[in-house]
Amino acid sequence: MSADAVNNSKRRLLVAATSVVGAVGAGFVAVPFIKSWKPSAKALAAGAPVIADISKLEEGQMITVEWRGKPVYILKRTAENLKVLDSDLDLLADAASDGSKQPEYCKNNARSYDEHKAVCVMEGVCTHLGCAPKYVPDLNNPFAGSLGGDWKGGFFCPCHGSIYDLSGRVRQSMPAPKNLPIPPYMFKSDTVILIGQDGGKA
Amino acid sequence: MEQKTNGLMGWIDARYPATKTWEKHLSKYYAPKNFNFWYFFGSLAFMVLVIQILSGVFLAMFYKPDTALAFQSVEMGIMRDVEWGWLIRYFHSTGASAFFIVVYLHMFRALIYGSYKKPRELIWIFGVLIFLALMAEGFMGYLLPWGQMSFWGAQVIINLVSAIPFVGEDLGIWVRGDFVIGDATLNRFFSLHIVAIPLILIGLIFAHIVALHEVGSNNPDGVEIKKNKDENGIPLDGIAFHPYYSVKDIVGVIVFLMLFASVVFFAPEMFGYFLEHANFEPANPLKTPEHIAPVWYFTPFYSVLRAVPSIAGSAFPGVIAMGAAIVVLFFLPWLDRNPVKSIRYRASWYKILVGLFVVAFIILGVLGTLAPTEGRTLLARICTFYYFAFFLLMPIYTKMEVNKPVPERVTMK
Repeated sequence: MSADAVNNSKRRLLVAATSVVGAVGAGFVAVPFIKSWKPSAKALAAGAPVIADISKLEEGQMITVEWRGKPVYILKRTAENLKVLDSDLDLLADAASDGSKQPEYCKNNARSYDEHKAVCVMEGVCTHLGCAPKYVPDLNNPFAGSLGGDWKGGFFCPCHGSIYDLSGRVRQSMPAPKNLPIPPYMFKSDTVILIGQDGGKA
Repeated sequence: MEQKTNGLMGWIDARYPATKTWEKHLSKYYAPKNFNFWYFFGSLAFMVLVIQILSGVFLAMFYKPDTALAFQSVEMGIMRDVEWGWLIRYFHSTGASAFFIVVYLHMFRALIYGSYKKPRELIWIFGVLIFLALMAEGFMGYLLPWGQMSFWGAQVIINLVSAIPFVGEDLGIWVRGDFVIGDATLNRFFSLHIVAIPLILIGLIFAHIVALHEVGSNNPDGVEIKKNKDENGIPLDGIAFHPYYSVKDIVGVIVFLMLFASVVFFAPEMFGYFLEHANFEPANPLKTPEHIAPVWYFTPFYSVLRAVPSIAGSAFPGVIAMGAAIVVLFFLPWLDRNPVKSIRYRASWYKILVGLFVVAFIILGVLGTLAPTEGRTLLARICTFYYFAFFLLMPIYTKMEVNKPVPERVTMK
């Protein structure tokens, strides 16, 4: 073929075909690199359920246990607290927990098992950006200025000021959009809770 | 000057453009002769980069990217056991803040003298990309000491990703490599902080300077010096970068190093702004510090994030607003419709608008370091509104400006 008989359309086709095949190849090669960032087998195995003993938990007290690296709050509420949960609904953004994450058996005002109404188990992870909200039963704390004088107990997120009630339901017009998530859990006995597994009770 | 053809330089020049590059970028790169104070910050930024790379290379020799060891390797190993380790660490931590101070001033210079306008749009865009890379670099580097603020700051920022609808949750897990920030996250941030982002930064800085040297530097008068050349084709208002500006920049370097050394030796924590107090406690995933604030250089954008309330049950709008606060910078060259570059010859009310912008930006920065209250949130909303209005209304108000006459040649005010 002489030099002046360059077939430009053939050249373009070859360049385009080579580029497309090259791009597909690059796409396939990217897969192992991207997938290497997913949780490793070890991290996945670490997501097993944990047991919490609440025999020493008094009314009005809260303990924190770790599950999947997240703080899980176990709060035992007083009879007084439970009354507030049924009454002060107009302050809340999602009082019925319709848009929030919880097992079906906890979708009620106390956000707990009916037979263990006082005990609320929730992930201590603010639904705004994942900070751990502080349990503030009364105004005797550094955040009192942000809470208002008629404070009846709840949670306050120190990062962006979201306020939750005592069953982890967020108030209206807060940075956090949803109630605190409730993990699947079950009572092994009256004083032992298994977090991360609910025996298919949902 | 003709290129040498004999001697060692002649031998090299026949094989590599050594003299040619020296002349093109230094001895025969003509910069306007009326550079003022604001023109120190480009070369200073470059010097801080060198400080960061030098100190960073040495820190990486002693640091251990492992959640069980990281905090100890910094606070015990580098700060106490390694000879002069504390100094190298303070160079690096102070350098991080210095980098942002210098870059913010450098960007402000571009804003007031219209250095982003035609034909310098690409220089500006590379610059904003450098700013973004620098933020990624600062953010990932801050996780490495594995203190409380390292952990919780990263927690907040990575959860920004999780706020993205539908894919956010999985994307967050992918970035962390675990259900929580842990060893996997620390290790990948270390790799990105010391290898990937620095390479990207250097590449972008290279492009930034190549683009600058292609079109030439702007100046406080916003006059194109290439319009007036002498018989040799040298701009009448230009002087060679080397030796005139290389020597002048050394003065800036000396003053800068005096301030830098003062901080390194006498106030390395800068009262909790450069190194936050909560970071002297090892990361504890079960206990949020009483008050979480990012390092000062992120706080203006963090304030924007907090100012936007969640809409329809999603924290996403705040994330969008924070992203938009940076993305809007890319469009600055096209938002500003005034053909006059320098603020010196623009309407006096434009100066007030720029002044208010600086005030709003600083207020946002201060608010970002404080816990939110109702009053502060309102103030942050006002400032956020002004921040966006300043940029987004530019196409309208910059057309209404009555400019002053722009001189033909640069002035030496």
